[in-house]
Amino acid sequence: MGEDQLTDSTTAAGPTIATGEARPAGRGVSVGSALRGTGRPAEPAQNTIFDVRGLRVFYGSFQAVADATMAIREHEITALIGPSGCGKTTVLRCFNRMNDLIDTARVEGTILYHGTDIYGEKVDPVEVRRRIGMVFQKPNPFPKSIYDNIAFGPRIAGYKGNMDDLVEESLTRAALWDEVSDKLKESAYALSGGQQQRLCIARAIATSPDVLLMDEPCSSLDPIATLRIEELMIELKRDYSIIIVTHNMQQAARVSDRTAFFTVDVKQTGMRTGRLVEFDATDAIFTNPREKQTEDYITGRFG
Amino acid sequence: MAARAATPSTADLVRQSIQGRRLGFGDIAFPAALLLALLFALLFLATLLVDIFAKSWSALSGRGWSVVSNPLTLNAETAGLWQSIMGSLGLVAVVALLAFPIGISAAVYLEEYAPDNRFTRLVNTNIRNLAGVPSIVYGILGFTIFVRFIRAVGAGGGVGGKNLLAGGLTLAALVLPIVIITSAEALRAVPQSIREAGFGVGATRWEVIRYHVVPYAAPGILTGTVLTLARAFGETAPLLLVGAATGFFSTGSGNLIDKTLGPYTALPVTIFSWARQPGADFRSLTAAAIVVLLVVLLTANAAAIILRNRYERKW
Ligand SMILES: Nc1ncnc2c1ncn2[C@@H]1O[C@H](COP(=O)(O)OP(=O)(O)O)[C@@H](O)[C@H]1O
Ligand SMILES: [Mg+2]
Repeated sequence: MGEDQLTDSTTAAGPTIATGEARPAGRGVSVGSALRGTGRPAEPAQNTIFDVRGLRVFYGSFQAVADATMAIREHEITALIGPSGCGKTTVLRCFNRMNDLIDTARVEGTILYHGTDIYGEKVDPVEVRRRIGMVFQKPNPFPKSIYDNIAFGPRIAGYKGNMDDLVEESLTRAALWDEVSDKLKESAYALSGGQQQRLCIARAIATSPDVLLMDEPCSSLDPIATLRIEELMIELKRDYSIIIVTHNMQQAARVSDRTAFFTVDVKQTGMRTGRLVEFDATDAIFTNPREKQTEDYITGRFG
Repeated sequence: MAARAATPSTADLVRQSIQGRRLGFGDIAFPAALLLALLFALLFLATLLVDIFAKSWSALSGRGWSVVSNPLTLNAETAGLWQSIMGSLGLVAVVALLAFPIGISAAVYLEEYAPDNRFTRLVNTNIRNLAGVPSIVYGILGFTIFVRFIRAVGAGGGVGGKNLLAGGLTLAALVLPIVIITSAEALRAVPQSIREAGFGVGATRWEVIRYHVVPYAAPGILTGTVLTLARAFGETAPLLLVGAATGFFSTGSGNLIDKTLGPYTALPVTIFSWARQPGADFRSLTAAAIVVLLVVLLTANAAAIILRNRYERKW
């Protein structure tokens, strides 16, 4: 069914949205050393993948995010941190137009993705989401087999290659293959929470996106599963650009290259609007923040 | 309280305070009253069933299957329910063919596409209201709209438009709001996170609905469907206005179209008309017909329960 629809949406996406370039196979990389590093930006001059300018988000008349501007770089892990309710999830969902699904949500400002405004008139959100994958806070596998969870995205995208290989590759890259290789036909719901989340990561990378958005991917996981996912992220950033929301500052410090710190401003009307306080290299944010608010939050003096 | 007293040890005090069991009047009377209410309801049902089965016994034991397989006549010794059952099944088929595609589509639109605005809320409220409209009102609607329309297009089939099609259309209109409501509930039970998962890998809205939302809601929709068909099967009042009382469904010659456009009757309508016949034979026969109706309805309900327990997903 979807065939003609897919071609429609491809043309509608406009010419300038580039697909991810060919990437090296990401397997067999030792991530241990990378994890022990401080996670400073790998190379100095990198391309900007998202240029966010004056981003404001509203839910009805409630303004959730005020005027955020930041440049997110390719092949980096960018962390969004801040107290709960400061709009981290809201901002993250702007990057793949997931907020389109919320009737009341309204996004203002521009997000240039490789130079094209993803909120531009001609842009097809479906095409945007195909390039910018997402992992949600709560693992949300489809109530289908492990295999079908992975295969769904490529299938609707018209993937012509060998699906079995793609499933294996995706699961391997998400560090799940060894645990599930003999039960691919079993329901994804039979997996543990940590396995389900890795399945969701595998599902997200199966469509070969360019960017991975991750909303507190470890919040419902135990420390060991968390560590595995952190290792995974560091491995994946060779091929992808990753934006991660986390409430765990140690996690941001461990894995991210750059960090955006948001806070909540309470207006006189009682409206609690999130604001981007500081966006900088993770090292700088954690060791030498420019803003007092950032420092207070980092050192746990946040009130 | 006593716990503040200084002399006894803590252990003694704790034992005293948690062991003393004081039952008040309400502790006994309240559950007893509730149980009584339940027993009353059950007693009512039991009386009804025992009475019906007792009355039906002479017909069922004396006549056996012929009660079901014989054609309708006015002779209590030979009359059977064949046309009534066939008529009811025909009605249910028309309902299934019309109400389900329309109702499920409407539910998918309301739940998956319609923006959450005042108009949608108005429509939703009105569907709920429609589901509460007395069925006789649908009979009048069926008579003024469907019967006339069928007659106007020349498909009256010798009964002036009061045919099986009119009856089926009327019942379909009657159950349509219920189909929409139960289907919408089943769709709503699919968590938003599943939709987001689908959109997140680049699916279109149609793909999310087609490959995820509707398949996952299908068991719930199906359960509602079975219950709705049972409701249609048991309806009497609206059919009296659109022809079911007038004629007997012809089981002999004639193709499907002739039968659909011809005279018909239905099981509950037959019960209604037999109940008005004099004589002990008809009384027993009426009870036997009620037994048949109850068996069909209870089977449908049991099927719905099994469907729900076996296939419905708990998120
Ligand atoms: N769908 C929604 N409708 C209305 N308000 C919302 C919605 N989602 C989030 N919000 C509000 O927006 C603000 C930011 O929420 P969120 O982005 O989830 O914060 P965070 O992820 O940083 O905890 C909160 O005040 C929240 O209540
Ligand atoms: Mg959040």
